[in-house]
Amino acid sequence: MGMARWIGLALLAVAPLAGMGEYPLHLLILCLLWGFVYTGWAIMGRLGMVSLGHGAFLGIGAYVVVMGWNHYHLSPWLGLPLALGLAALIAVLIGYPCFRFRIVGHYFALVTLALAEVARLLIIALRDYTGGSLGVTPQTALAGSAWSLGAMQFSAKLVWFYVILAVWLGGLWVWTRVDRSMARLALEAISHEEEAAASIGMNVTRLKLSVTLVSALLTCLGGVLYAQYQLYVSPETVSGIGISLQMVFGAIAGGMFVRLGPTVGAAFTLLLAEGLRLTLGHDIHGLDTTIYGLMLVLFIIFMPKGILGAAREAYDKRRGAARAATA
Amino acid sequence: MLQLDRVSAGYGGFQALFDVSLEVKAGESVAVIGPNGAGKTTLLRVISKLIPASGGAIAMEGRALDGVPAHQVIGLGIAHVPENRRLFPRLTVEENLKMGGFPQAARARYAERLDFVYTLFPRMKERRAQPAGTLSGGEQQMCAIGRALMSGPKLLLLDEPSAGLAPVVVQAIFGLIRRICGDGYTVLIVEQNIRQVLKVVDRAYLLETGRIKTSGSAAELLGSEEIRKAYLGL
Amino acid sequence: MHIFDVFLLEAVVNGILLGGILALLALGLNLIFGVIDVVWICYAELIMIGMYSVYYLHNVYHWPLALAFLACVLLVAALGALLHVLVIRPVLAAEPINQLLVTGGVLFFLQAVATLVFGVEFKNIGVNLPAFEVGGMYLSLARLIAFGVALAGMVAVYLFLKRSYLGTAIRAISQDRGIMPLMGVNPNRIFVLTSALGGALAGLAACLLVLQYDIHPAIGLSFGPITFLVCVLGGLGNLIGGFIAAFIFAQFISVGGYFLALEWGYVLAFLFFIGMMFWRPQGLLGGK
Repeated sequence: MGMARWIGLALLAVAPLAGMGEYPLHLLILCLLWGFVYTGWAIMGRLGMVSLGHGAFLGIGAYVVVMGWNHYHLSPWLGLPLALGLAALIAVLIGYPCFRFRIVGHYFALVTLALAEVARLLIIALRDYTGGSLGVTPQTALAGSAWSLGAMQFSAKLVWFYVILAVWLGGLWVWTRVDRSMARLALEAISHEEEAAASIGMNVTRLKLSVTLVSALLTCLGGVLYAQYQLYVSPETVSGIGISLQMVFGAIAGGMFVRLGPTVGAAFTLLLAEGLRLTLGHDIHGLDTTIYGLMLVLFIIFMPKGILGAAREAYDKRRGAARAATA
Repeated sequence: MLQLDRVSAGYGGFQALFDVSLEVKAGESVAVIGPNGAGKTTLLRVISKLIPASGGAIAMEGRALDGVPAHQVIGLGIAHVPENRRLFPRLTVEENLKMGGFPQAARARYAERLDFVYTLFPRMKERRAQPAGTLSGGEQQMCAIGRALMSGPKLLLLDEPSAGLAPVVVQAIFGLIRRICGDGYTVLIVEQNIRQVLKVVDRAYLLETGRIKTSGSAAELLGSEEIRKAYLGL
Repeated sequence: MHIFDVFLLEAVVNGILLGGILALLALGLNLIFGVIDVVWICYAELIMIGMYSVYYLHNVYHWPLALAFLACVLLVAALGALLHVLVIRPVLAAEPINQLLVTGGVLFFLQAVATLVFGVEFKNIGVNLPAFEVGGMYLSLARLIAFGVALAGMVAVYLFLKRSYLGTAIRAISQDRGIMPLMGVNPNRIFVLTSALGGALAGLAACLLVLQYDIHPAIGLSFGPITFLVCVLGGLGNLIGGFIAAFIFAQFISVGGYFLALEWGYVLAFLFFIGMMFWRPQGLLGGK
């Protein structure tokens, strides 16, 4: 299994060089980018902290860098730490009281939902700065040149591919680290037995907060990259309940408890939309989302572990049976 | 009236009742006594179909309980007063009683039966508008029994009526139960308080670790050496 | 100074009128949560479908408005029951968060179906009720009617829950689900009934909203989140808490919107909510 992983990665890394078209490359980039974002969410989600508000962090990432650049000529490289700082602040500000006062489950989900909506409404309310619902584009620094490092703008998709590939891998690495650390064991116990865990002296709040922070920062970074790649952001695409739910569903559809699950979910969502668009054309507006919504309902009812999770379970079961047979 | 024929039941992988056979004739009052964990509560829950029987047969007035869903058992005339009373805490006493009279067949006689319960338990009438959760333990037990009586049952199942109550209150409750038995109700009581319950019923079964060990009239069992040694500390 | 006061008063009154509708919305959601222990994230989308049904029955098929309203209430009631049977019931035994998420899936689905079937242009039933002046304030008749009907609806539900056998059973099941069969109550039937009632309330809300607002597949997003927050603010599942919270929230929106711009009113209300969560996480009257 380990070898296959490295081979797969190598293939992925050289795929665009083998002459992929512009548009498929664009899809691949989006797959990895959203895969990264969904993975960031899943770091929290799989430990029982289901946030419906990650749109807020995405929006912070996207809008802080774009506003900084457009209004203050602040390089996105400087805007990035600013955005991350703000995201961290919000995460702690909301997370600390939530975890301290044991706001969990439905209540937690709805508080985070409020957060995403506040972010969206704030962006709209500040329309003089942000362009409101119409969205905003980072001013181009590419007059004549193919790239501008200072402005974090590259016209060549290939460059973006490698940037986002690296970030995506980084996200998987973070996921693995969180997964393996002691915190994960503690938190799994906690998410099922809060009182018991607290009684043996674990600092539940601090553990939850650190995981939340990691998740928020990754999502924020995703927002920054999205803004710089796509060169257009609007309140609906990067904040609010819509995109927040989409993150949750992408992670769940692919398999929240498996490392590559969220990425699979992102790929699934994108390919579904594209596939439908190609076969049915632009006229049938909304069919892809209809099927997406329907599939989500079916997934949660029949495959709560997601595509990859269910596949992995089936694989493990078969391997276990084979092993038992040969034992 | 009620017949259990080699009934077995359990929870998941754990079996709590093994081939239990007993019967309750019309007008009788019968107790099932035994220590903690013997399966007494399970027994009543199987009769009410709250849990399925894994083996054996239960019949009420000759009618097999086999395919009957839990919410239709009351329609067969079996009313169950659950362990720990299980009143609806935020509903008033009267609303709890009203829930007891929920079945369509019972609604026509609601007023009459409410009157009867209030006569039987005057304290309930005093507290009719109070949330049931604010009642004392003994009052809650009265209310729970009253609630079961609202459906005009043929058979009353009482699950550990003395549980969690102070001795003085237990006396009062058993006094009430004796009165109910005396009024001709058919009653099946499950109890840990052996001494008190044997003074009130006609017959009893001894249930130990899911099996019926002995049975006999209340007097017989009260006099039995085995019971006196093991359970009455004599 | 005098004019300033009147406009403020108007904002307060409009806040009260808004509160009435929000309270109706919250009632349906709280009922479902209090009884079945599930949050219908797609609640606003059910209302959206209801609004479209009024439009199509009245404006396209020329049904009289009253009949369209009645049909709407019945339709959304049926949708509510269907939602429970097809979507909620299969996941009732699963993690609570799955129940929340599955209704999120339905949210996407309904929005998408509406886009497919009804298109993205804004629609309006074109019933224009006048506004009239009371002491310098301009109040919309549509809003007043909505307020009155909402209040009447809530009183009706209150009486139903308090007096009738089924209503009492609905209240009982939220307090002790396990012994309901001993009362001769089939819990499943109560859940379906409650879902239908929640749907009916959504349908009623749809009738009231369609008098005032345009219809669009995504309008659920403009009052859905607010409804959840009102419910949580009042204590999730607590009908009276939701009622009170609705009016408080509406005042924030209305008066906040008066002093600042419209969106700021919402932002303020949301921030108030987040603040309240830390002061009283279980909600104003919550206690679960």
